[in-house]
Amino acid sequence: MSRASPFLVGLLFGIGLCLASMTSASKVLAFLDLGGAWDPSLGFVMGGAIAVAFVAFRIAARRGLSISGGPLHLPTMRTIDARLVGGSLLFGAGWGLVGLCPGPAIADIGFLDRRAALFVLAMAAGMALYSGLAAVPAEPAAEAALDG
Amino acid sequence: MTIDWPHFTPGSALAGGILIGLAAAWLILEEGRILGAAGLLGGLIPPRSGDWQWRALALLGLIVSPLVARFLFAPAAPVIEANAATLIVGGLLVGFGTRLGNGCTSGHGVCGLARLSPRSFAATATFMAAGFLTVFLVRHFV
Repeated sequence: MSRASPFLVGLLFGIGLCLASMTSASKVLAFLDLGGAWDPSLGFVMGGAIAVAFVAFRIAARRGLSISGGPLHLPTMRTIDARLVGGSLLFGAGWGLVGLCPGPAIADIGFLDRRAALFVLAMAAGMALYSGLAAVPAEPAAEAALDG
Repeated sequence: MTIDWPHFTPGSALAGGILIGLAAAWLILEEGRILGAAGLLGGLIPPRSGDWQWRALALLGLIVSPLVARFLFAPAAPVIEANAATLIVGGLLVGFGTRLGNGCTSGHGVCGLARLSPRSFAATATFMAAGFLTVFLVRHFV
């Protein structure tokens, strides 16, 4: 795997978040606040991103291999279970409390924002807590199971 | 529902979304990987041999992106109003929840929906609903 492309992918992702102002929790909360003055911008961010990614995933599926020659690491799980729904409920609650999801929170460190840094530390602690609990029962092929 | 027209920015939102989509396109086509911010970080906790380098590089790119963006346009400084206790509780929920549910707004919301994955449709509908409900309760009920 090349060194440059993952770095540039992260960079492009973050520049997109900055351009769309998704780095501001207040902008995200204005989308999530259906009962107040609603700002639909986040829907346009998702729409634009999904449209481009949709084409790319179809091309990737047709090719079957990545350009670097490796296999496609696509999720293998198919069932909609309590873990998926429960995890998404917890995530959505935390997202609604603060207005930050993982991508924007990590990008905000680049703005030297102390609140974002505290949030990311807590987020990493939550992930470590999950890893600690998940390590108890054996979890084979955990990597292949990741959705994203 | 009333639309906040003065703050609604469809042009920059769509353009930013297209850049995010291009980043996801690049990663799946070049490396065969799905772009998910929670997965990038979560895959480092704990790090796995041979797998941590690309994650760390992608996260580094994400972190320096506001500095590079300043050469291209005037990125708005982030506005985060939550207090320390809320940041900690919210961060724990987002970190634990995204690992339990295997994805976040980018992994499920962008890539999963683009792949037409039923799991990602369920996850995205769930975290969106939880986000709407939480903001409604915090802003209009408490």
